[in-house]
Amino acid sequence: MSKNLKFGLLAAIILGTLGWLAAGGVEQTATYYKEISELQKMGDTSFDKRLRVGGDIKAHSIVRKGSDVHFTLIQNDLTLNVVYSGSEPLPDTFKDGSQAVADGKLAADGTFHATKVQAKCASKYEAKPTGVVTRG
Amino acid sequence: MENLGALALLLAFCFAIYALLGSVIGKLTNRPFLIQSAQRAVYTVWALVTVGAAVLVYSIMHGDYRLAYVWETSNKTMPIQYKFAAWWGGQAGSLLFWSWLLATYSAVVTFQNRRKFREMMPYVIGVLMSIQTFFLILNTFVASPFRLLVAGKGVVDLGDGQGLNPLLQYWTMVIHPPMLYLGYVGFSVPFAFAMGSLITKQPGEEWIKTTRRWTLVTWLFQSCGIVLGSAWAYAVLGWGGYWAWDPVENASLLPWITGTAFLHSVMMQEKKGMMKVWNMVLVSSTFLLCIFGTFLTRSGIVQSVHAFASSPIGPWFSSFLALATACTVFLIMSRLDFLKSESELQSVLSRESSFMFNNLVLLASCFSILWGTLFPVITEYTMGEKISVDKPFFDRVNIPIALFLLLLTGIGPLIAWRKSSFDSLKRAFRWPTILGVATAVILIAFGMRHIYALVSFALCAFVMTTIAIEFWKGSSAISAKSGQNLISAMIELTHRNTRRYGGYLVHVGIVIMFIGFTGAAFNQAKTVELAQGESTQLGAYNIKVIGYEEGEQADQYRWDRVIIDLSKNGEHLSIEKPERRFFIASQTPTTDVALRRRLNEDVYINFAGTGAGTNVVMQTYIFPLVSWIWIGFLVVLFGTLVCLVPDKKKLVFPRMEVVGTEVGGYVKPAKV
Repeated sequence: MSKNLKFGLLAAIILGTLGWLAAGGVEQTATYYKEISELQKMGDTSFDKRLRVGGDIKAHSIVRKGSDVHFTLIQNDLTLNVVYSGSEPLPDTFKDGSQAVADGKLAADGTFHATKVQAKCASKYEAKPTGVVTRG
Repeated sequence: MENLGALALLLAFCFAIYALLGSVIGKLTNRPFLIQSAQRAVYTVWALVTVGAAVLVYSIMHGDYRLAYVWETSNKTMPIQYKFAAWWGGQAGSLLFWSWLLATYSAVVTFQNRRKFREMMPYVIGVLMSIQTFFLILNTFVASPFRLLVAGKGVVDLGDGQGLNPLLQYWTMVIHPPMLYLGYVGFSVPFAFAMGSLITKQPGEEWIKTTRRWTLVTWLFQSCGIVLGSAWAYAVLGWGGYWAWDPVENASLLPWITGTAFLHSVMMQEKKGMMKVWNMVLVSSTFLLCIFGTFLTRSGIVQSVHAFASSPIGPWFSSFLALATACTVFLIMSRLDFLKSESELQSVLSRESSFMFNNLVLLASCFSILWGTLFPVITEYTMGEKISVDKPFFDRVNIPIALFLLLLTGIGPLIAWRKSSFDSLKRAFRWPTILGVATAVILIAFGMRHIYALVSFALCAFVMTTIAIEFWKGSSAISAKSGQNLISAMIELTHRNTRRYGGYLVHVGIVIMFIGFTGAAFNQAKTVELAQGESTQLGAYNIKVIGYEEGEQADQYRWDRVIIDLSKNGEHLSIEKPERRFFIASQTPTTDVALRRRLNEDVYINFAGTGAGTNVVMQTYIFPLVSWIWIGFLVVLFGTLVCLVPDKKKLVFPRMEVVGTEVGGYVKPAKV
């Protein structure tokens, strides 16, 4: 067997294994981005997929119950109740009015069980500066 | 003031274009004076960008909050070091910082090589200045740091600014971005030399030799930047991890991986004249990935926790990227004849082949990370649905790759060039294999069943032994010859071939870091809600809540914290105070975790919030071996610095000169 063939075979085996691992990884963790409005249209197919839903956190909706955190996401007047029970602490930016993205699964009762929540500050730079001092 | 800064940047833009055109046209039409003046223009660009940057820093320091950038990133109560860090704390400023670094590098390169490489240099300057021009376009026309927030007659001041994101007000965050930028921008230089050598059809490896040290230093900066970033995430973000496969982290890792592959495969070109095309591809992709990373993090194309607002610079970056890629591909394709390999692979059991496998899996890892990061974008185009992949995907692919690389780290340096026999391999690897297997057996006997962890620890022992044998062999030979003791013989050995033994030291550091990474297989975590006086058990530790405090820190932030009595097996260890802060100016909460670092394991407590009544909610973790990552990195740092030390030249004296001229143990080296 020529050495180039040997080398090629070994490389193919390595890349094949990695490809197989990668494909499995995709299957295991694929998360579908959905709008809240789309969730309601999906019907039964939505229950076994990992989903990612985004929205603004409704004011005063964050409630801690034991190690779970309950909150409500709003997007275009549609709301979604979310229960977060992941082990990682919620980010510091997670507060009323922030934009949040929740990863998890939809339960049959319509609540969303999140295992991961990311949040971004509602674009603070859009706030108007106050305290303009003018001369004279 | 801001007009001066903006003007300086505009002029810098003009000079950069002049330097680019002057340099290339001067070379093409053979006018040395034009080339000379283009070189001076490079220095001028540096001076002008420096003025622009100085004006920005001055405005931040003096609180000129009329400027949008100053208003967004600083405020009156911020300590001075964070005010300085505000220079690169926001979008526009960090792009200016990038520009300034590139101008500095260009000036240094031009100065160093002002009398060398007459053929190649004009093009090197041309490439550097095209990149510079691109960044100055951004600085001047697209994301100017001197944009006024409020303009109008008589406006002289604007109360106070927003302040730098409080999360960024931490010491590693002051040095992490400059380190990363130093690394990313630095790769423009090897890239420029590679392109210069392609354009002028240089026959040899001149560009590699010239930029070897440069590449190593930039690689070191990149590594520092990445590790500091993870050290920051671990200590500050409160989720206890140092790596989350977030798009921004991935973006910083990609060029590092190709850079690492490049550092290894240049040895093939220098020693055997092989893989010439490949090295061109690697150095170009490293540079392009640096640009791509910046594009990825600032264009908002993928969702990320790093909150850089989406901005109009996205299309600029993608156009530049497309243009640069097209030019590079064209250049490499049209010069393939000059990049023919001088020898070919002789055996699968050879050092050449171990280098090839090293490159193969590094690139596979790079590709998988790129694929995973862009998966939402790819699926949106192909399937009409955004689908993302997560940590488990990256782990599944990259843990086996990492372990395979670890194995190669042990095998590569010991295997012979060209062709190795099974017999010599058996001899070389007898002890490393025995020790590796022994480590696994002992760990199994102690009840460890985690398969990846076992493989990893066994490989760590294997690699460490191979390196120890290398040092032992070399230094005992020296000590037998010269009568030195082993330690000084080892230093002598390293000094004679700093590149080889420094490289081994880097490998030692990597192994130590792997021990730290492997610790993650045994993490423990628990979220609890506790009343005052209650306690919880985590592993061997007992965490007892003994108090709660609130207060305010001089106009900067309000804080509240839990006071915890930490004990292990009934023995009191320490009082821990995990804290929450609420920054007043920016209305942002942050956490300050309680972290007890020890060599064997860290105890990590995050105060998440208050529950019913006076109850407190906390996330508690045990992270075994994390400290080894940081220690290992210090070894990597040291090893890389050793690589940068020039080799000690073997001094050859006529025998009679050595005897007798020795005064006070010092032999005056004659020039040979």
